[in-house]
Amino acid sequence: MTRAVDPEGRAERFIALEEHESTHDRLVWGMRQNRDKAVAGVPEWEELREQASQIKEHTLTHLDQYLEQFEANATNLGAHVHWARDAEEHNAVVYEILQAHRVKSLIKSKSMLQEECGMTPYLQKRGIEVTESDLGERIQQLSDEPPSHIVVPAIHKLRSDVAALFAEKIGTDPKDSDPHSLTEAMRQNARPKFIAADAGMTGANFAVAETGGFVVCTNEGNADIGTSVPPLHVASIGIEKLIPRARDLGVFIRMLSRSALGSPITQYTSHFHGPRRGGELHVVLVDNTRSDRLGSPDFWHALKCIRCGACMNTCPVYRRGGGLSYGATYSGPIGVILDPGFDLSKYRELPFHSSLCGSCTEVCPVKIDISDQIYKWRPIVAAKGMLKLSKKVGMSALGMTLAHPAVFHAAESAAESALEHLPRFLPYNPLNPWGRHRDLPTVPKQTFRQWYLENRRKS
Amino acid sequence: MKLGLFIPCYIDAFFPEVGVATLELLERLGCSVEYPLDQTCCGQPMANSGCQDDAAATEDLFVHCFQDFDTVVGPSGSCVHHVRFHLDAIEQTPQARKVRAGTRELVEFLHDDLRVAAFPWAAFPHKVGLHDSCTAVRGLGHVRPSERVNEPYFSKTRELLAKVPGLELVELDRPDECCGFGGSFCVTDEAVSAKMGYDRVYDFHRHGVEYIVSADMSCLLHMKGVIDRLKLPIKVIHIAQILNGGPP
Repeated sequence: MTRAVDPEGRAERFIALEEHESTHDRLVWGMRQNRDKAVAGVPEWEELREQASQIKEHTLTHLDQYLEQFEANATNLGAHVHWARDAEEHNAVVYEILQAHRVKSLIKSKSMLQEECGMTPYLQKRGIEVTESDLGERIQQLSDEPPSHIVVPAIHKLRSDVAALFAEKIGTDPKDSDPHSLTEAMRQNARPKFIAADAGMTGANFAVAETGGFVVCTNEGNADIGTSVPPLHVASIGIEKLIPRARDLGVFIRMLSRSALGSPITQYTSHFHGPRRGGELHVVLVDNTRSDRLGSPDFWHALKCIRCGACMNTCPVYRRGGGLSYGATYSGPIGVILDPGFDLSKYRELPFHSSLCGSCTEVCPVKIDISDQIYKWRPIVAAKGMLKLSKKVGMSALGMTLAHPAVFHAAESAAESALEHLPRFLPYNPLNPWGRHRDLPTVPKQTFRQWYLENRRKS
Repeated sequence: MKLGLFIPCYIDAFFPEVGVATLELLERLGCSVEYPLDQTCCGQPMANSGCQDDAAATEDLFVHCFQDFDTVVGPSGSCVHHVRFHLDAIEQTPQARKVRAGTRELVEFLHDDLRVAAFPWAAFPHKVGLHDSCTAVRGLGHVRPSERVNEPYFSKTRELLAKVPGLELVELDRPDECCGFGGSFCVTDEAVSAKMGYDRVYDFHRHGVEYIVSADMSCLLHMKGVIDRLKLPIKVIHIAQILNGGPP
């Protein structure tokens, strides 16, 4: 069994950094509040959610047709369309294209799919310099960390962290943590790389079957510089990004940034229809477990995700523990249901890193039953024998006790006397996690059942 | 109508007064109530941990205890939610389906089924903060969830509490934020769970509540653990106790 990531331990270490945790919770909750305000300005929001969900369900259940339609139309527009079964194939295809163009350096805008494929380390190992053009992603790249949030990748960092990082990596004044001067310093540092890059890479938020075009949403315009300066543009697109018609964008574009940050639309919504004049465009359509998921009655709805991050913003566990606690490409509630599909053994603890509060399901703009899916991953982990031993043994003992009234009632009395007579320090030892931050309940003189027998069964 | 009274395991063991208040309240409202003596638990602790096999015998016992009642009432949103939506470690026999369909949470039973107009015996002259459990909000629909900003506001819990003279409800910064209990989550994810509990309790404390009221004793058990550790001047109380005329 692969070693599992330990979200609880990682979250605990993040919470121990008190200022990080409280700032993170405040900022991320602020995005949820902004989402609420933005949604209040769209009275038909719930109808939009339903429409978005239906468009996605329709597309996913006719995906073969729409993919072929997209391929034909994109090819007509002059793009080269490639297919990749998995991450390895995606990276190989990209590398081949880059090699054919003798690319030494490239700039890329944010792409969760390229993260998922581990593309950057793959290309760097082969001698290609890769520079992230999104500020938050660049911060994460310089920190050698994955993004902690789909939309705001470095949200877990304080200004002072960024100041220290930039001081070390690009020589800024370590005492200067002013966001404007830090941003300007990065701009000065990165711009020459942008200008000199041999290729630009993007992901895509939506790929439109009827036109063969695709759309990239950013707030920094960084996808635009990456596709306007170098002559070569390579876009990685997950096959679930398809939508049938250009007019469907009217539903999704209205929801994406309102759900994410509470702004009506991203600053830049860039539409790509074939290569620009004198340039070359390659599109890599990537499966990487999506087909398997499409065949799963319980989990295929997760493919509707438009990567807005609303579920992260509302999640009380994500806000406390931070995105890096998930130890995976996708964090937060959507990560909890996506990651185990990539590697169940590695991510077997994630479905338990949730209090099942259900808020994620309610904010999801495409109506993914996220909370239900978290619940459904748990018995899958258990059935594969992947539960932590302590949990497994505890649960079978508890199940035995609760299935037999006499055993349960005996256990109640035993627990009561144990709680009453144990020295106070014992329940608070590190083996009993409840007691580390919380007191135990006091024990009443009799159970309800005993009271009932005395007061209602006597007559 | 004969009601089956479902008292969850942890209420039986730690909060018998909540069971008593529930029983007395239902009797005051004219219900004939019976408490099946062999009941233990609904199976949620095991099922929530993914251990369906370990939950099955307990779920079977639950069905066995309540199969003769058309209506079962329990003072816990989370346990009732489990029975209605997740009691699927067992075969779905006609008895199991009947018990699942007939199990009602106390607030919805009072509000939707009995449509209680008044609690003439109740008065509660205190500043109170309301904690609706996540399963009550988003699972059972006690209240419009905060995420549904464009839908008309409603709250069954508030409607019931509004019938209690003297009770003053205060508003919170985050109206339906999870308290972090989450079943075994509270020990397996201790640091996150405890931080959520602290944040939730401080929201009540900032707003000067004397009592936190809820239809879910499990959330209150969690928050009481935090309150006692922090030595804050806040008490927790189940809604059944208030509607039955105040703490015993």
